[in-house]
Amino acid sequence: MSTPDAGLLVALVGNPNTGKSTLFNALTGLRQRVGNYPGVTVARKSGTCDLGDGQKVELVDLPGLYSLAAASPDEQVVIDALAGNIAGDRRPDAVVLVADATNLLRNLFLASQVAELGRPVVLVLNQADVAKEQGLRIDAELLSRRLGGVPVVLTSAWKGEGIADVRRAIARALDQRTPMKRVVWPANIAGALADVAATASADTGKEVTAADAQRLLFDGNATTADRIGWTVAQREKTLRSARDRVRNSGYNPMAAEPLVHYAHLRAALEGVVTEGRGKAGRTAAVDGLLLHRILGPVLFAGIMLGLFASVFWLAKFPMEWIQSGVDAFKGVVAPPLDAYPMLQSLLTDGIIGGVGAFLAFLPQILILFLFVGILEDSGYMARAAFIMDRLFSWCGLNGKSFVPMLSGFACAIPGLLSTRTIEDPKARLATAFVVPFMSCSARFPIYALMCAAFIGPLYGPGWESVVMVGMHCVGLLFAVPTAFVLTRFVLKVKPQPFVLELPRYQMPKPRDVLWRMWQNAAEFVSKAGTVIFAITIIVWALSYFPRDAAVADRIKAANPAVSEEVVKAKVQAAYVEQSYMGRFGKAVQPVFDPLGFDWKITVGVLASFPAREVIVSTLGVTYSVGEGAKADSQHLRQAMQDAKWSEGPRAGRPIFSLAAVLALMVFFALCSQCGPTIATLAQETGGWKWAAGSFVYMTALAWIVATLVYQVVIRLL
Amino acid sequence: MTPLSQLLPGQFGKLASLNPERGVDQRLMALGLLPGMVLKLIRKAPLGDPLAIEFGGQVVSLRLAEAENLIVDVSADCPIQRPRQP
Repeated sequence: MSTPDAGLLVALVGNPNTGKSTLFNALTGLRQRVGNYPGVTVARKSGTCDLGDGQKVELVDLPGLYSLAAASPDEQVVIDALAGNIAGDRRPDAVVLVADATNLLRNLFLASQVAELGRPVVLVLNQADVAKEQGLRIDAELLSRRLGGVPVVLTSAWKGEGIADVRRAIARALDQRTPMKRVVWPANIAGALADVAATASADTGKEVTAADAQRLLFDGNATTADRIGWTVAQREKTLRSARDRVRNSGYNPMAAEPLVHYAHLRAALEGVVTEGRGKAGRTAAVDGLLLHRILGPVLFAGIMLGLFASVFWLAKFPMEWIQSGVDAFKGVVAPPLDAYPMLQSLLTDGIIGGVGAFLAFLPQILILFLFVGILEDSGYMARAAFIMDRLFSWCGLNGKSFVPMLSGFACAIPGLLSTRTIEDPKARLATAFVVPFMSCSARFPIYALMCAAFIGPLYGPGWESVVMVGMHCVGLLFAVPTAFVLTRFVLKVKPQPFVLELPRYQMPKPRDVLWRMWQNAAEFVSKAGTVIFAITIIVWALSYFPRDAAVADRIKAANPAVSEEVVKAKVQAAYVEQSYMGRFGKAVQPVFDPLGFDWKITVGVLASFPAREVIVSTLGVTYSVGEGAKADSQHLRQAMQDAKWSEGPRAGRPIFSLAAVLALMVFFALCSQCGPTIATLAQETGGWKWAAGSFVYMTALAWIVATLVYQVVIRLL
Repeated sequence: MTPLSQLLPGQFGKLASLNPERGVDQRLMALGLLPGMVLKLIRKAPLGDPLAIEFGGQVVSLRLAEAENLIVDVSADCPIQRPRQP
């Protein structure tokens, strides 16, 4: 046979926690590509696998799953990918089934379902080293014979053992095309399946495979019927009588599939696995400690605190390096362009500043993913979800929502990316929606400025910390009811039952963890990066243009005896005031009037939509103290304390009253002011619908709550 | 016959019946929890919910509310610890 080997596609399928990804990395040697399946937020990971004899095939790593019953988007993708029903993707020429050698019966259920597709199969029994330690002896040859002669390979992907055997087995499967032995359905079920296949095919005019017929008969959901276009009216009667036929043979139609497969597998495994003397694993003992009624939550809190502290504090140093690197770069680029102020500003403030602000997120993302990877691969993530589930289940989230929400307190973006660990699509979407409410580190500067300038001087450092802590809770306070309403009344996605395997503890493999960390970061940069870059340039242009030299001349002429630095700050303020952004700020100030914001704050708020931390430097510009203003800047504090309303009913009263200060902080706590978050939300929810919804909801909520705060406090004091 | 949700930590039981129409039970059946299977309630989470059960060499967590439809025979011939409460 002389077919071009490069065109062959092999799919990797298996239960979660079988070491499938480790095997994938070992087989492809990190020559991988990550894409997305069309229409769903399921990643398509593929790579080139050398079969050892010079032959190369494309290997695709399908999501881990326990059963082909199409209940979640991940499972549907596996079914569609295996059957070749995905647009633009080929049907796999062979399937590598990865099973955990320590629990063959459960793992082979999926294998047995996949066998129904009739593809050539390689069965990999991974974690053979652990099975051996436990005293299990597996007769691979006997199992191969029982399953119709498919290659059965014992591997320890973690240790790199048996990988070459897998390569050879794939080559053999592609060559000999041996399908795995299929289950023998009892006569009545076989008849019912044949009926369903024949009627569905006749009604729709499409080919209906045996595997399709099983999904139609055994699954309560309609995904397969919808795909082939078999309408409710057409299928109702056929399915009901087919299910009655199954029921009459003594099987509940919803239970028939696992019952028949498991009976078939028990027979196939007879004598394959013999238990000898071995060490019971340490998992039960470790669980006794980590899931202990009292110690468990304490250790959990310690681990999560460690994770949060690392994301928050460890990332600080590289973030500062990036910031100073960006500043140094600006310093190099700017002087030669002094003659071209527009180009200079575009390069330094727009492009370099924008890219720098974006890159500053990377350390947090990398560190979070490093830790999440370790938690996942070690098996602790499932325990964390087990401990936390009760606190989250009542509002429609689940235990796995905890890590994304905690990460959100450092930065929403890594938090959003880590929602990928939540299998239930409904809980995942709801978690992603509430993560941006967590008080991220970019909100810190405005809280710090307001507390230091107003709360501290007026009420003392005690109240300063109370307000600081309070502001960090505001978002959480609104996030929980939001999740409740969202999952109860808005999201139409069917919730998944929270059935979670607590897998064996395992040492994470550094290469796998680092590799996944790198892939996630690269994906974030390539996808969110372009959107964020565009937003930054637009906001730069709005606050730069128009730029009439007459403005600067007028300021200089009016301030002859003032130092050059002060004049420069005044010129900058004047330019911003007459820029499109400044004019727009003045025009929409009435909208923010109920919150007690003057036009200067309004411009700051508007300029902060791409990145909320910009508020401090924008206030620095509008209050004429220069754009280098920091949260601890004495000048800016003084300028803000002195600011008074110049007209209207509040003329002569300070702009930054306690009411306005609180309203401003609450506004920043709740408002959706982060371009990268919106872009990431769109990426993770598979479209702009949820991103737009989040933006509108958070911004409207921020306006309403801040208005309430201002109007109530101003009347009380 | 006892609902699984009422088992005590450490107690064994044999699955008598489940409700195959429900999503949870379908998941559990896919994992091999079929009528006649011996299972053990290992522990409850620190807040009392969810539960961790062991069957067929694996440990699986499920919520208390979802465990109510799983009926367990605690007097069957499996290693039993008698319930300490009626």
